[in-house]
Amino acid sequence: MTAHAFGDTAVLTGRSLRHILRSPDTIMTTAVTPIALMLLFTYVFGGAIDLGSEESYIDYMLPGILLITIASGVAYTAYRLFLDLQGGIFERFQSMPIARSSVLWAHVLTSLAANLVSVALVVGVALVMGFRTGASVAAWLAVLGILTLFTLALTWIAVIAGLSARTVDGASAFSYPLIFLPFISSAFVPTDTMPGPVAWFAQNQPVTAIVDTTRALFAGEPVGGDIWVALAWLVGILVVAYCVAIGRYRRRIN
Amino acid sequence: MTTAIRVAGLEKSFKELRVLRGVDLEVATGSIVALLGSNGAGKTTLVRILATLLKADAGTAVVGGFDVSGEPDRVRESISLTGQFAAVDEVLSGRENLVLVARLRHLDDPGGIADALLARFALTEAGGRPAATYSGGMRRRLDIAMSLIGDPPVIFLDEPTTGLDPQARLEVWQTVKDLASGGTTVLLTTQYLDEAEQLADRIAILHDGRIIQDGTLAELKQLLPPAEIEYVEKQPSLEDVFLALTDAGAGTRGESR
Repeated sequence: MTAHAFGDTAVLTGRSLRHILRSPDTIMTTAVTPIALMLLFTYVFGGAIDLGSEESYIDYMLPGILLITIASGVAYTAYRLFLDLQGGIFERFQSMPIARSSVLWAHVLTSLAANLVSVALVVGVALVMGFRTGASVAAWLAVLGILTLFTLALTWIAVIAGLSARTVDGASAFSYPLIFLPFISSAFVPTDTMPGPVAWFAQNQPVTAIVDTTRALFAGEPVGGDIWVALAWLVGILVVAYCVAIGRYRRRIN
Repeated sequence: MTTAIRVAGLEKSFKELRVLRGVDLEVATGSIVALLGSNGAGKTTLVRILATLLKADAGTAVVGGFDVSGEPDRVRESISLTGQFAAVDEVLSGRENLVLVARLRHLDDPGGIADALLARFALTEAGGRPAATYSGGMRRRLDIAMSLIGDPPVIFLDEPTTGLDPQARLEVWQTVKDLASGGTTVLLTTQYLDEAEQLADRIAILHDGRIIQDGTLAELKQLLPPAEIEYVEKQPSLEDVFLALTDAGAGTRGESR
């Protein structure tokens, strides 16, 4: 049966990618809010924010915006998984001779594809708005790697939410705190402008390390120790979320 | 006579609730057995255990020669389940749904299989439309068509006609009869007595977590005192009237053949 694991995952991934192509509004909606935030921060608040450097505000802000894009995008993964579980289709799959894990992996890979498209859309708009980067190909690949890890980590959290939710609203509610997290980080303003306890939280939560790393990569600057902190957070969250999700899934199908 | 499904002493509880309390049942290969019971009698629970979706607390169940808890993968290769709610992907078209299942069953020529089934279930015209646009009867036909892919020797139909209008119901009945005449074993659950009467070779009555009676219709009828002869005016049933007025019984059945 495991011989078919890749084939089954590919077939089921094709199915959910088709869902997205049939209703591309999910990708648009995912991209619209971050783009609106980007416009708001650049043309409304941005002028009043003192970065203490010559850096343009959109260059400063883009990494955080990309994380917000992904955090809102994974809500659709939980939503789609929840709908599969509600309808009979999930039981049909489970009663067929297919690799058991392929049902989850298909949703995870679809989430990755959909979020990368949304991210590309947002980066495109940012370029139009004046975002400039001197990043090398290697630096771009590093950014892609970090965003991929971030998407996977959040997607497995979304899988937990999708598997445990009792209502459609419940399935996507988990994403609100995730979307909010970049606001209490170095994503929009330097953390040293925040009052003590808030600054402490901001400096020690995962988003700051991820944002600082990505920002340095875009600026073509050395990333320093931040990248290891960021990777440790990402891999840690990914592993824990994956284990919890698989555990929930096992209990669900038995 | 070979046995397609053999269940012995099957028990299942959900917390305090003892749903199945020692179910014994044998289904002969190629027969249609109706599992009759009121709502909450445990019909769906039994079917879910046989379809490897749920683990029993005690007892054994062998489907197609394989133990459901010991070799679930082998069981899944010989069964197909049509649940209470049509398990179709609403976003995909009817044809895409069939191709999807054919691919997941690792069959050659999924497109050809899909087209053949669309024709067999009178869905060729609707094949390109999203399943969300189908009527209840069409959706159920698609659902059953999806279950037939790969010719599984044992098919479970959980309340296949619940929520269907009378003509769609007749279509489903005809499909089930055709299946059994082709040698497929069918275990269906129903709460409609006439459905069991119409379709089943044997009827098993599930009550209080046990099979309290199991036999042919004639055998079950013998359990009651012999019929008394009464003269009653033959009134058409509302179903007769409805079918005559809409001329649906003959029309759609003809089309689906």
